[in-house]
Amino acid sequence: MSDRKKLLILCVIAIALAVLMLSLGLNSFILRYALSRRIPRLAAILLTGCAIAASTVVFQTITHNRILTPSIMGLDSLYLFVQTATVFVLGSQSQIMTNAVLNFVASGGLMIGATLLLFRFLLRGDEGANLFQLLLVGVIMGTLFSSGASFMQMVIDPNEFQAVQNRMFASFNNVQINVLIPAAVILVLTLIYIFRQAQILDVLALGREHAVNLGIPYDRVTAKLLAAVSLLVAASTALVGPVTFLGLLIANLAREMLRGYEHRLLLPTAALMGIIALVGGQLVAEHLFNLSAPISVIINFIGGIYFISLLLRARTAD
Amino acid sequence: MLSVRNVVKRYGQVTVLDNVSLDIPKGKITSLIGPNGAGKSTLLSIMSRLIPKDGGEVYIEGREIGQWKSSELARKLAVLKQSNHTNLRLTVRQLVSFGRFPYSQGNLTRADEEIVDQALEYLQLDCIQDKYLHQLSGGQRQRAYIAMVVAQDTEYVLLDEPLNNLDMRHAVEIMKTLQNLVEDLQKTVVIVLHDINFASCYSDHIVAMDHGRIVNAGCTEEIICGDVLGPLYDMDFRIEEINNNRICIYY
Repeated sequence: MSDRKKLLILCVIAIALAVLMLSLGLNSFILRYALSRRIPRLAAILLTGCAIAASTVVFQTITHNRILTPSIMGLDSLYLFVQTATVFVLGSQSQIMTNAVLNFVASGGLMIGATLLLFRFLLRGDEGANLFQLLLVGVIMGTLFSSGASFMQMVIDPNEFQAVQNRMFASFNNVQINVLIPAAVILVLTLIYIFRQAQILDVLALGREHAVNLGIPYDRVTAKLLAAVSLLVAASTALVGPVTFLGLLIANLAREMLRGYEHRLLLPTAALMGIIALVGGQLVAEHLFNLSAPISVIINFIGGIYFISLLLRARTAD
Repeated sequence: MLSVRNVVKRYGQVTVLDNVSLDIPKGKITSLIGPNGAGKSTLLSIMSRLIPKDGGEVYIEGREIGQWKSSELARKLAVLKQSNHTNLRLTVRQLVSFGRFPYSQGNLTRADEEIVDQALEYLQLDCIQDKYLHQLSGGQRQRAYIAMVVAQDTEYVLLDEPLNNLDMRHAVEIMKTLQNLVEDLQKTVVIVLHDINFASCYSDHIVAMDHGRIVNAGCTEEIICGDVLGPLYDMDFRIEEINNNRICIYY
């Protein structure tokens, strides 16, 4: 089967699931109300699906590592830390926790600010960005933030912990339209930027020396792409919570499925898989588990099974 | 013209290149030779802007390498380092097509395709052009990467130990290909070589390096003689003339 055909099939599945999600259990009494809730939810899912896919694919291409995801930069740890610290210091009834727009601006702004600071700090040197230094700092900061968050979660009032817990897992159940719009603007623009770099990403995948030889200003291009990745992660995390868990699965599935290497195909394939996984996961969470299990748990469960089957298959092939 | 002026490279306390100045003659094959750790590969990497230098200048056509736009330079100078591996699922043809990126930014025109065809033919890869890189032998893969550099169609071609992993037949073929590039297409080729006899038989100009300095530079006859090579490698050389080629016996 050709890569284009595979892409088309994924497209059909994604659309079918999206329609199912919008229409399941709909009747004329609740039509208006249900749609006013379901359309923003679907939009949030589409956006985050694309964002996770693109950020992970780009991140893996830049780092030449297929088992890394942008979560290694520690942005979702920072998010959790900010949420926990806010509840810990100001309480769960504070403006930042109850006002969705304020929360989005505060946590999203902090994540973007932190990345910019990190980049500024590391791009100062004459030799340009040292990618792995940048990642190491990210790992260390991520660990620091997640330890800080766990510490506060230990000592916090159990009732207040509930408010933190709601933020610990990605959730599409309560997407607010006035948060969705600014997030959508950021995400769509960044996604367009990344897609336009598809052919440069192909060259970057060859390795640093080949990319320089072929005339790519390597340090500048990778710094810009990393900034775009951080923007995607920051905006989608601020919108629905920590979501990078899905990236590893869909990026590898997409690379596995395609014959070619081109990012022109790889990016949309991974994005469609992200959408299918999220919409499918959300449908299962809503209708099978009645929202008692978070979507990340469901997707990680299925993803885990897939990876084990991959390992077993590789074993029998040897 | 490719010239190096007072180039210095240090890694911490260790000076790898110590005030190196050098002119690469145009339209010739120049070999960089010398013992391990002499700084040959480092010099090649600096000449091709793969690594930054700590001092000095590299001029290409009179313009300092840092003043060139990276994309412009990629149409003037191509470089290939010795260890090339990728985990991308690429066919030979797709890899060679990357050589056209500086011209077409990934959207290959018919003219680009023709140049890719020629490069494949030049390296005798046309019959395996649709094979994936990971299916190839080390030597075939090496030739595929060289074909990419040929497709890049630059005036200067810099190669770091291109004969690694190659058996004698393919090594000779590569050197002959490089000679053709120089003779037919007036390219300037700079290679780092370990096999002194390959350097002797195929290069026009040889630069001998040791301890980060240029010990000697000149045409092949001047360098391939016991007085130069003996102290350079710190061993005895016997040099015989066979078919107009100087062959070193040091085994």
